[in-house]
Amino acid sequence: MRTITFSEATLEAMREEMRRDPTVFVYGEDIVRQGGIFGQFKGLPEEFGDRIRDVPISETAIVGAALGAALTGTRPVADMHFADFIGVAFDELANQIAKNRYMFGGQANIPLVIRAPDGIINQAAAQHSQSVEGWLQNIPGLIIVAPSSPATAKGLLKSAIRLNDPVIYFEHKVLYPQKGPVPEEEYLTPIGKAEIRRPGRDVTIVTYSLMVQKCEEVATELASEGIDVEIIDLLTLKPFDRATVLESVKKTHRCVVAHEAVVTGGLGAEIAATIQEQAFWWLDAPVLRVGAKNVPIPFSPVLEKFVAPQKDDVRRAVYRVLHREV
Amino acid sequence: MESTQAVFPERYIALPSERKMELLRTMIRIRTFETKVEELFLNKKIPGFVHLYIGEEAIATGVMANLGKEDWITSTHRGHGHAIAKGAQTARMMAELFGRKTGYCKGKGGSMHIADFSVGMLGANGVVGGGFNIAVGAALSAQIRRTNQVAVCFFGDGASNRGTFHEALNLAAIWKLPVLFVNENNQYASTTPVSYGLSAQHVADRAKGYGIEGYTVDGNDVRQVYDAASYLIGRAREGKGPALLECLTYRVKGHYVGDPEKYRTREEVQKMVNERDPIKLFSKVLMEEGTLNDAGLAKLYAEAEEEILAAVAFAESSPYPEPEEALEDLFSFSPKEFPEVIA
Ligand SMILES: Cc1ncc(C[n+]2csc(CCOP(=O)(O)OP(=O)(O)O)c2C)c(N)n1
Ligand SMILES: [Mg+2]
Repeated sequence: MRTITFSEATLEAMREEMRRDPTVFVYGEDIVRQGGIFGQFKGLPEEFGDRIRDVPISETAIVGAALGAALTGTRPVADMHFADFIGVAFDELANQIAKNRYMFGGQANIPLVIRAPDGIINQAAAQHSQSVEGWLQNIPGLIIVAPSSPATAKGLLKSAIRLNDPVIYFEHKVLYPQKGPVPEEEYLTPIGKAEIRRPGRDVTIVTYSLMVQKCEEVATELASEGIDVEIIDLLTLKPFDRATVLESVKKTHRCVVAHEAVVTGGLGAEIAATIQEQAFWWLDAPVLRVGAKNVPIPFSPVLEKFVAPQKDDVRRAVYRVLHREV
Repeated sequence: MESTQAVFPERYIALPSERKMELLRTMIRIRTFETKVEELFLNKKIPGFVHLYIGEEAIATGVMANLGKEDWITSTHRGHGHAIAKGAQTARMMAELFGRKTGYCKGKGGSMHIADFSVGMLGANGVVGGGFNIAVGAALSAQIRRTNQVAVCFFGDGASNRGTFHEALNLAAIWKLPVLFVNENNQYASTTPVSYGLSAQHVADRAKGYGIEGYTVDGNDVRQVYDAASYLIGRAREGKGPALLECLTYRVKGHYVGDPEKYRTREEVQKMVNERDPIKLFSKVLMEEGTLNDAGLAKLYAEAEEEILAAVAFAESSPYPEPEEALEDLFSFSPKEFPEVIA
């Protein structure tokens, strides 16, 4: 299979969906003149004219207008530049987009996608490094996805654009230049379904986004010690694929949840709670969470590394659920 | 209240008398609806919060007379008048206020979320200033799809102090979006008078900062509102971009039903009721024009009363939703497909 970058994969998804449906359009800051900070919009302006637009620095307008456009016959894709800036448009997301369909009794569909580049990269410090799914997971009415590879990036973006509901699409900034196999033929990655990246018998690691590959590396290393890890790549964070997670935990009896976001109040808490509610009697150890420490992401490389979850943290958690010496 | 003298093409005057009567009819229907809602709320028949549009009817009426069903509006927490003028059915509105299954939102919205998307009424909004960018998005949709639809955003004087106002007007201006921002300057934002809360003398003065046209008209004179809206909506439809229309008016009722109104005197309110009531003013105009007589006016009130009583009867006889219906309508797919969504 051919390999392309994550960034190119999202670009292909955009191009295919914009060709397929003239009501799909995309806008955000510095995406036309610059092609996006990671080149993820390069070439679209030449083909699609005013269906790709630069927006001035107006995040509330970007997100708020996506709702108005989605209610009136188009399928907007709005780029947030950095996921951190979602905070600027929090009301638009939490009180307008997420609630519109429900509070008006289902009068309209809301086919929109908010693309949100997230995660730690290049010592970008506290306001450009966050993984903010925890802010949003508490809001009924949003679908949240996070691809982990070029193939899932393309398939999930296409599915998100076609869904008649609001989707927040978190794309980890470290993933953009990474290459991976992507089918030539058209495909969709289903929303709401996790993928098992690596089957295993001893411990389940539930993870997503960039952490998937870190966990895979840990799993490979642990295999040489005779520990057989199963890795679940959630892909959809909300609603997450409970069936796949629970089935796996019932098989391995041990689980670690790993994400780059802050542990406190994060998705890991939700997953761990679900497991203890629905698979408590299958567990041989407490479910452990691995994530960033409970401070903002600091600047200095030394500090950043200390706060961000590392492979070693995942490894230690696996040992602990196996009741082994760390 | 003084208005900047804006002169628009005089289109009201050329309207056939049925259209003029239609304007009055709409204003009276809104007034009758709101008066009944106030009574029902005080009698504890309607729960929640209710913000009345009494005294401001000329604005929704004069603007909406220039829109078709395919055009859109975004509304505010004070949205009943906008909904009625845009063509929503009073019976389904009343049922919503009663929390019934037959209401526009199946009982999930209530007064602050009244909406009828089928006539382009994209919703009241419980968040002040929440409608600006929704209207901008609707106008953007018209531009992307190359239709000649127009969006109108209604907003209060208080809302004009939100940051969303700034972002929406700037974006609409640079893209020349077909949207009209209609400010209902009713002199108060809850307890806060405009004289305290507004840095400019007029909301319309702010238009200059966005390079768009801004006008102030007497919002209690439906003729002025009609002419201004007709001109500005026409321009928007022709691709000439957005504008800001400030309509000076007065909220004669409390901010919400039950407001103790400690921030103003009874005399101030009574003077406005006596001298500036938009329905009285317009009825007088129509009588002087010879379009209306006492019997005609009484008939309009009687018909409105009949309609609203029927709306109340419809609401009261409608069933409540089943409690489990609270779990429906969150997404386009059913909870059965995705049980994880709603635990
Ligand atoms: C963002 C936000 N802030 C505050 C409120 C509380 N609130 C509801 S209505 C209102 C006054 C709004 O004034 P204005 O925009 O002039 O509209 P009016 O009520 O006069 O029609 C306030 C402060 C709110 N609903 N939303
Ligand atoms: Mg006001």
